[in-house]
Amino acid sequence: MNFSIALKTIITKEIYRFIRIWPQTLLPPAITTALYFLIFGKLIGDRIGTIHGASYMDYIVPGIILMSVISHSYANVVSSFYSTKFQRNIEELLVAPVPNWVILGGYVGGGIFRGLSVGVVVALISMLFADITISSPLIALVIMVMTATLFSLAGFINAVLAESFDDISIIPNFILTPLSYLGGVFYSVAMLPGIWQNISMGNPILYMINAFRYGMIGVTDIDIQLAFLMTAGFIAVLTFFSLFLLHRGTGIKQ
Amino acid sequence: MNALSLRNLRKIYNNGLEALKGIDLDVEVGDFFALLGPNGAGKSTVIGIVSSLINATAGSVSVFGHDLKTDRNNAKSCIGLVPQEINFNQFDTVKNILLNQAGYYGTPKKLALQRTEHCLKQMDLWDKRNTVSRRLSGGMKRRVMIARAMVHNPRLLILDEPTAGVDIEIRRSMWQMMRDVNQQGTTIILTTHYLEEAESLCRNIAIIDQGRIVEHSDMASLLARLNVDHFVLDLSEPVASAPVIDGIHIERISDKTLDVAVPKKTGLNQLFNQLTAHNIKVASMKNKSNRLEQLFLDLIDSKTTGAK
Repeated sequence: MNFSIALKTIITKEIYRFIRIWPQTLLPPAITTALYFLIFGKLIGDRIGTIHGASYMDYIVPGIILMSVISHSYANVVSSFYSTKFQRNIEELLVAPVPNWVILGGYVGGGIFRGLSVGVVVALISMLFADITISSPLIALVIMVMTATLFSLAGFINAVLAESFDDISIIPNFILTPLSYLGGVFYSVAMLPGIWQNISMGNPILYMINAFRYGMIGVTDIDIQLAFLMTAGFIAVLTFFSLFLLHRGTGIKQ
Repeated sequence: MNALSLRNLRKIYNNGLEALKGIDLDVEVGDFFALLGPNGAGKSTVIGIVSSLINATAGSVSVFGHDLKTDRNNAKSCIGLVPQEINFNQFDTVKNILLNQAGYYGTPKKLALQRTEHCLKQMDLWDKRNTVSRRLSGGMKRRVMIARAMVHNPRLLILDEPTAGVDIEIRRSMWQMMRDVNQQGTTIILTTHYLEEAESLCRNIAIIDQGRIVEHSDMASLLARLNVDHFVLDLSEPVASAPVIDGIHIERISDKTLDVAVPKKTGLNQLFNQLTAHNIKVASMKNKSNRLEQLFLDLIDSKTTGAK
């Protein structure tokens, strides 16, 4: 049986969904990040000077782009899949001959597209404030896609396990946002006192942001090979866990 | 080969409820089959397992010879499901709902567009194809669910109370649609609480109660078992009391209304002869209740009493 049509259908449906509600999905990150660039980059950044030889504005642009990719790829899948569960139209997929990997691939694909779309919007906004020449486009693109994949998977697991709308806001609010802010978006980890540097090394988002920053402006606090390996490892673990949940029917079957 | 075969199907939910206690059931190809039972009998569990929405605890399901465990995708491809509750995306247009469903079944876009047009026209919804589904009336939403279930051209259509909550006019038009679909070769399994619907549409029937099949036969033989007909008689002139006639139970409902239970062997001629002898003139008469409803209640009552 040819599953490519089913996969394409789910991905297209997901893309259509977030484009249809663009004032909720694409416009807010444009406004928020413009404010970040204006306040942190322009007004405060001018007084901070340079970090690792880059201006403060140039330094924070990659972090802000990737932070937007993280939060929006996660938000897309968690809200879409939970709504599908809540409205029970997940049954359309469960009744049809759609394998679990296609369901997962479809929703994660939609999350990746949303994450990358927001990333492009934020990157375009950043061009109004910074003049960046991308150092290694391939590294930047690959880590951005991998990060979007990882957080789409995390959003999927959250949606599968969630039993109420409250459950889909806990992780973004209390885990994802703090980890993003503490992941070196606005500062170099080298600026932290010793113990906090060590603690920060336990934050996976730090690795992704630094790898992306390396791709964008050639500056990093960590070994980017380790960042790629760690991200790939997390993707593998979350993929298997998601498929396990779907196989068991957790949260979607009785 | 049957359209559907269930063997020793069991389901115990996580809370310990044993919803199915070993169901065996066969539905022939091309049949219009009624699956009836009181609330909580296990009908929805059977349908949930067949349509892969519920995991069975034990037993097997075969759809047109494809085992649901070992040949899952081919088995699923044969099934179209119309669930009890509205479960499509209420923010999507009618056309998109059908196109997406066709896509899930691997239907190429061009064919999906043709099938969508065909099914929407068949359900008299083509004019509403670009309407956001939440703006449709209740009857239209029901028809969208039938159209959606048929868009991949299933060989087995499962209708779980498809006419619940719709007015009689729409119900009648939906019956005709279901008949047409069945006549075109699609096997249909229908669950309903409107027993008149089952009697009118279905050729074979199974009644499920407390997780077990308590009756499985063809509709004609089942109805033939009914040995008493109940009628309500409207009289031309008032009567003070119900007449007493041997072998026929008569109850006076009001001055000009009698409720009579006539054994089949007695027949209506004898009833009218006796009424005439009592100087009672009948203006009109009607069946008191649906025949299948009578049998259904008798069967459920007898099994429940037996179980106690």
